[in-house]
Formats: sequence, structure tokens, C-alpha cells
Amino acid sequence: MIAVTDQPIAIAACIDAVQAERAGAVDVFIGTVRNHNQSKDVVRLEFETFDSMAVKKMKELAEEASRRWPVEKVAMVHRKGVLSIGEVAVVIAVSTPHRNDAFEACRWLIDTLKQVVPIWKKEIYENGEEWLEAHP
Amino acid sequence: MELTIHLYGITRDIIGQSRYVVQLPPGARVQQLLESVRTSYPELAELKSLLVAVNEEYAEAETPLSERDEIALIPPVSGG
Repeated sequence: MIAVTDQPIAIAACIDAVQAERAGAVDVFIGTVRNHNQSKDVVRLEFETFDSMAVKKMKELAEEASRRWPVEKVAMVHRKGVLSIGEVAVVIAVSTPHRNDAFEACRWLIDTLKQVVPIWKKEIYENGEEWLEAHP
Repeated sequence: MELTIHLYGITRDIIGQSRYVVQLPPGARVQQLLESVRTSYPELAELKSLLVAVNEEYAEAETPLSERDEIALIPPVSGG
């Protein structure tokens, strides 16, 4: 399951999607919207996505993770649109035979997603807004 | 040739629309596209990075462009 969605992410469905008989571990990363960033109070977030390329890149990441670790299955779902504080922005679930590989693969997937997948986050404050990471 | 550039995030805000049409000589490469848009919109030069995606793949400066390509400006990404 690899997708970009404008609907709330069904976390249980992501976990179900990586069930495998050979798996002894499922690691799940859930990214949520926090109310504070670099001393500013965040009111809400807006995610914009280049949908087709984002899904393509996430599939490539899942394939790369499967080359680096003995991955059984990967689920990656990223939200787009307007999100309130506390909402789930991204879910990554990975199943492997043993837990260490699941932890490592999951961490690599979220770290690399943040670097290469064409998704943009705008923070909305009481008095303004800002696209994150845009400027040096 | 006439290229339609898809815009996202801060590049859409800077240029003020979600698609931008640019005229470049036939055979122009990614580097010429970047020079053209930075000249027209100097704010783009202030970004931490600005990449170009051609047909849903990150392109090199030397990648040639054609009117059939799906081209997008990719400002610094911030998913997750």
C-alpha cells in the first residue's frame, strides 16, 4: 500500500497491509502535526503534493529498502491538504523477520522520504505562514 | 519551443500560478530553463535549492527538454 490521500490515514489498514507469515516484527512510524515549531505557534498545516511523482518515488524507496534489508512488506501513506494539530500526516509500516531490520528500514524510509519525495509542508501561524525548508 | 512548467509549493506562490509557460530555443536543457525562470523571478534564486523534474524524475542540468515532456519545478521538499 503506497499512496497519497486527502482523507484521514487509516493506521490499522497500513499495519494490516504489511502482515506476512515470515514476519516476526512490524515497525510503524506515525508522523503527526505538532502545535509548535522553532518558537512559533502552529495553527494548522497544509501539505501540497506532486501526486504521481510522489507515489513513484515512494515505490522506489520501498524497493530500495527491500534491497538493503530483508523486508517482507512496506506500506507508506502520506496525507495532503489541510491538517489540524494532532492529525496524522504520514504512516510508514515495515514488516521483517526480525525487529532490528524493521526499525532500521522504517527509520531509513521516513528519513529518505523527507529528502526526496516531492511533498511540501506549509505551516500556518496566527500571524502568517511559511513553506518549510524553502530558504537557507 | 514552448514549455509548460508545473509549479508546486513556494514556486507556485512566487510565480503566482500553478502552471507557467516559458519560451526556450529548441533543444534547450534544464540549466537554461533554470536560468530563464530565475531571471524572470529573482526570488527563485533565494531558495535553498531548486530542482527540475522531467517526466516524474529528477533531471540533471544537462538533460535536454522537449515540448512533450512533463516538466515541474521542485523547490526544497518538506514532507513527513
